[in-house]
Amino acid sequence: MGNKQEIKHVKRKNQEETNSTEKEAESTEDEELLNVINGEDEDSSDDDELEISGSENEESDEEDEESEDNEEVESEEESENTDDDQESEESDNEENSEVKAENSKNLGDSAGANINEKVANNEYEDFDSSDEEDIRNTVGNIPMNWYNEYKHLGYDWDGNQILKPETGDNLDAFLKRMEDPDFWRTVKDPQTGQDVVLSDEDINLIKRITAQKIPDETFDEYAPWIEWFTSEVEQMPLRKFPEHKRSFLPSKHEARKVSKLVHALKMGWIKTRAEAAKLRAKKEPQFYMLWQTDDQAEDMRRIYKHISAPKRILPGHAESYNPPPEYLFDEKELKQWNKLKSAPWKRKLHFVPQKFDSLRKVPAYPRFIKERFLRCLDLYLCPRAIKMKLNIEPESLVPKLPSPKDLQPFPTILAIEYKGEKCQIFFFLLQKINWFYNLGHTDMVRSISIDKTGQYLLSGSDDCTIKIWEVNTGRCLKTIKTNSVVRSVEWCPNAALSLVLVATGQEVLLINPNVGDYLVNSKTDTVLQDVPKSDVVTPERVRATVQWIEPDEEQYKNGVRLILKHFKDVCQVTWHAKGDYFATVMPDGQNRSVLISQISRRRSQLPFTKSKGLVQCVLFHPTKPFLFVATQRHVRIYDLVKQALMKKLLTNSKWISCMAIHPLGDNLVVGTYDRKMLWFDLDLSTKPYQTLRLHGTAVRGVAFHKHYPLFASGSDDRSLIVSHGMVYNDLLQNPLIVPLKRLQNHEGFNDFGIFDVVFHPLQPWVFSSGADATIKLYNN
Amino acid sequence: MVNRKKKYTSGEGAQFMTRKSALKKLQLSLNDFRKLCILKGIYPREPRNRKRAQKGKAGIRTLYHVKDIQFLLHEPIVWRLRDYKIFNKKVGRARAVKDFEKLNKYLNNHPTLKLDHIVKERYPTFIEALKDLDDCLTLCFLFSTFPSLAHVPRDQSALCRRLTLEFLHAVIEGKLLRKVFVSIKGYYFQAEIKGQTITWIVPHHFSFTPMSKAEVDFKVMSTFVEFYTVMLGFVNFRLYHGLNLYYPPKFSCLQQNNEEKQLVDEDIFVAERVAALNLPVSKTSNELVEDDFEIDKFNADGSEANEEQQEEIRKELEKVKNLKNLFKGQKFYLNREVPREPLVFVIRCFGGEVSWDKTLFVGSTFDEDDETITHQIVDRPSMEKQFISRYYIQPQWVFDSVNARDLLPVQKYFMGEVLPPHLSPFIDPEKDQEYIPPEARALYNENELEEQFKNDENKKNDDDEDDDEEDDNEENEEQEGNDDQEDEEGEEDNEENVSKKPKLSVSTGEVYKEIPWEKSRQERQEFRLREKMIKNKHRHLYKSMMEGKQKRAKEIWLLRKKRRLHDEKEKGQKEKKKSEKPKKKIVTN
Repeated sequence: MGNKQEIKHVKRKNQEETNSTEKEAESTEDEELLNVINGEDEDSSDDDELEISGSENEESDEEDEESEDNEEVESEEESENTDDDQESEESDNEENSEVKAENSKNLGDSAGANINEKVANNEYEDFDSSDEEDIRNTVGNIPMNWYNEYKHLGYDWDGNQILKPETGDNLDAFLKRMEDPDFWRTVKDPQTGQDVVLSDEDINLIKRITAQKIPDETFDEYAPWIEWFTSEVEQMPLRKFPEHKRSFLPSKHEARKVSKLVHALKMGWIKTRAEAAKLRAKKEPQFYMLWQTDDQAEDMRRIYKHISAPKRILPGHAESYNPPPEYLFDEKELKQWNKLKSAPWKRKLHFVPQKFDSLRKVPAYPRFIKERFLRCLDLYLCPRAIKMKLNIEPESLVPKLPSPKDLQPFPTILAIEYKGEKCQIFFFLLQKINWFYNLGHTDMVRSISIDKTGQYLLSGSDDCTIKIWEVNTGRCLKTIKTNSVVRSVEWCPNAALSLVLVATGQEVLLINPNVGDYLVNSKTDTVLQDVPKSDVVTPERVRATVQWIEPDEEQYKNGVRLILKHFKDVCQVTWHAKGDYFATVMPDGQNRSVLISQISRRRSQLPFTKSKGLVQCVLFHPTKPFLFVATQRHVRIYDLVKQALMKKLLTNSKWISCMAIHPLGDNLVVGTYDRKMLWFDLDLSTKPYQTLRLHGTAVRGVAFHKHYPLFASGSDDRSLIVSHGMVYNDLLQNPLIVPLKRLQNHEGFNDFGIFDVVFHPLQPWVFSSGADATIKLYNN
Repeated sequence: MVNRKKKYTSGEGAQFMTRKSALKKLQLSLNDFRKLCILKGIYPREPRNRKRAQKGKAGIRTLYHVKDIQFLLHEPIVWRLRDYKIFNKKVGRARAVKDFEKLNKYLNNHPTLKLDHIVKERYPTFIEALKDLDDCLTLCFLFSTFPSLAHVPRDQSALCRRLTLEFLHAVIEGKLLRKVFVSIKGYYFQAEIKGQTITWIVPHHFSFTPMSKAEVDFKVMSTFVEFYTVMLGFVNFRLYHGLNLYYPPKFSCLQQNNEEKQLVDEDIFVAERVAALNLPVSKTSNELVEDDFEIDKFNADGSEANEEQQEEIRKELEKVKNLKNLFKGQKFYLNREVPREPLVFVIRCFGGEVSWDKTLFVGSTFDEDDETITHQIVDRPSMEKQFISRYYIQPQWVFDSVNARDLLPVQKYFMGEVLPPHLSPFIDPEKDQEYIPPEARALYNENELEEQFKNDENKKNDDDEDDDEEDDNEENEEQEGNDDQEDEEGEEDNEENVSKKPKLSVSTGEVYKEIPWEKSRQERQEFRLREKMIKNKHRHLYKSMMEGKQKRAKEIWLLRKKRRLHDEKEKGQKEKKKSEKPKKKIVTN
């Protein structure tokens, strides 16, 4: 062994001598070398930049340094080193590896100790010799850029400044580059600032390092492998002392452990692998024939009245990966969909339909897990109840009624319009043009009435006139001016009298229209001329309510025969069926709002002493001495003979507007401002037999036909609805009500449509007066 | 003194129990109660009168039926849940004091829930289990794609994988599949087992995405799966039994080493799963399970309607029989970009043979250069090497053919073609107020199909024909029924048509001609009046029904409009192209 060491020493020394000049710089230069090879600029070779160069090299550099530093120390130790560590070999320089290669051949049986450990030990044991190297600069291992701003680079042994060598300007550098053949291998030593020219060996070394080869050229990578530790038993022991006794004796401790395990196995506390697998298999669910038959249930406790969860709705075309184009959202729909992010249940679809042109492009649905989770939540958290779902067509809810065709005749088409323009043409034919200004109403026609023969039509309007029209021709026969707005007109039902009642302002006029039969007209006049004498004293209360006044001459000429001056505005007048009595309504009159007057005696009476509410309208029963009084919400029926309240009809509506009674007297139709029409069967009950919601707005006029089973209603929605209202003589059979026809020819005016509806007494024709100042006749 | 009856001691007040009181009665934690409810299938109930059921308390509480809670009270699982509690405490302690020996011992002997009796209790008959199989299958298929997760037992997804695969085999062997639908969510499959239609969804690839706990609680889902796996196992067992198959299915040709199985990674596992689908399952006996039965003719009434019904049923049966052997004798080869699992399943269900590239996945049965292959399913725009002896079609053809119950003409599905829309088979065309896209209408009506085909041909030949006009006319007709306003527009149109007629110089006596729409108009008017006579009781119902109807009509109208616009646009583009092409030619000349 000693020989080997000596050899190595000799070799070392020789090489040191030969390379002595270069050695000086080598330890510090390696980093720069790389830069040169990489073609980087010399001047900028700061330490910071150096760090950028490959980390592998740095490591090797460091190791190099170490190895250089410890050269001598190492050499002594190396005899013991058993170098199979490739890395350390690689990192060592040429000589080292050479020597090691030699060493390694002979040191086969040396004890296995790691060189790295040894090196580390050495470092700690010996003094640190790095400063003793031939380093002229004493600043130590600091970043040299700290000296950038100074003239000097550091200090030498004696403490003198080492000045920076003069560096020429760029031109010098350029000239140097051009002229100096060794320029490419010249590097700058950052410690001294001197230029150093690298030797060929250095260049070679660098080239090998950059090519990632082992730096040592002579190292044989493919040398035959030497097995240092063989499985073969050596002849001689490695150590001189024999094995310990205990290595030949079985361990008691182990035996104790084993016995414990065996016991545990015996007791079944622990399981062998095979057993454990068997057990695991057993723990996996075992399946067997749970249900012996398909549909026969065994008796068991079960959930009480189980409601099974409904299945999910199956997907439609929109969910397809390739849906028809119409299902894809356009921009508007997409925007709408996105807008409902906070209220997703309002969305039309819970996903955005997408189209993929091939199956492989379809991605996973991102909400899939979430949807399944929500379904799970539904299954165990959502309250369940059985809800009966109606599976009917909506049409089946519509009552089956006889077809209107079978219920003819009824008015269907507009026949005549009673208004200015039309009459103008008519009169033009008769060459009486100068009259035409007087023709037709100019304001809303509030009320109309037809005489008993059906020849003449009376209308009262807001333009303070009443007009009498010939029904068949549409000609206005007469216009009578009044002092105020005409609220209500009615023709006397007595055929022997030619008399109309007109309510205008606070007055009620009795007018002889002087149309039709001359005899009747003149007779009426004579009847009214003589004032009946009676000794009955009119009570003060009545006298304060109404005064009977004889008309003056001009009025008489116009046809006014009597004037009743009331203390309040009169809004409705109505005749008794016989034509002798009539009733007037003053809604503002409190307890004197209803007044019944008799023409033959020229006497009035106030039937009520107490106010029952705002009286809307009154009506006489066609045959019996009953009076129907409609207040705002109820209709009261009074027996005039007994002077008692007979019945109170509950309308269940907010505001009554008008009433009409069936000619037989058992059925009453009430129109209300809250759009309803109520049919009362007086025999049945005080509640409506049927509530008809035929109109869209307030009902203002209702009327029954005298002979045909028809009734009509007009409302603010400008429509006139003719309905079939059949009343049977058989008491067991309820009235049949069928809406027949909706006629909508009036024009609206100030939200008003139709004011009054009247049937022709003989024909199935109907008149309607509207807010558009016209009267229309519809016939069948 | 008379004892006055306390409020809520009878009737609805006594029938219901809030969740809190239920917890108190059962002495369980909320988590355990939840688990118990999921396993036992107990759900809250909606009382008829909530206020009374809540004993006069305000707000909305979760109410359980008292009998349900009593039912839970007698459940042996409750004890097992308590065991779990103890077990968790023991394990926690062992872990805390680092007594790993004990810890291991505990963990190896953890208590397990046995759910067999619950399956039987919840589903007294097999049919009822089948009825409720939808959710079970969907969730199991989802879990079979899951990786191991926190709060999900590690072998659960493996078990799901096994059971779903077994179920698919049963469906294949029994030829039970009826409908397939590829949606953006996944593949919908509908099978008919013992007269029950069962629909399940198989998600597309890579369906698992990590979810936050606030969004999805995997623990709840896992509890569901815990029950569903047991249920599916029993259903599978009975299904296999009914089909004369061994229950844990034995594949006659498949041999794998157990150790290998443990080593394989996920991908290979999936590959094997698909491979297994391609293998026949060995049978217990060779007897055929007779399911093609003839309907007995019985004319008790002798009525025609009955006969017609029977005739219909017979036709339907015939169709289903044909469907079962739809792909019989066809050989399919799947290209590698095609999703294999659904396609193999579908093709095998209808009697086809499938294979794929053997170098990519295990289990292929024949090679690509097999001359007997009839269809190669590709999902790419073009291929370099093509065989003349087979059709190169896109996967949609398989699904559409199944839904049409017939082999569709392949022209439209060739490689690189723009596919016709894939339609949902779950929509009943006979239901009124349902929008049927033109393609679907063509499918339902074979004559139209031919016509459309002809039209398409013509289009290709001269590009002059319009088949859109037909559609438009039909639309008009149908719309008339739906919307009154549109009807009136139609009238106006007609009037215009009348006025446009050329006037003759000699005018003869006019014959009163009944205006065709006048009658319907009148009828409608009459109906509208009659509508107002609906009883007060039904008024709102009618109104809401009509609103719904109108809404649906509007939706249909919107879809139709969109379609029309789309078609017009497309036509315009085609014409443009046509007009551009000759110009280019001129330029090149």
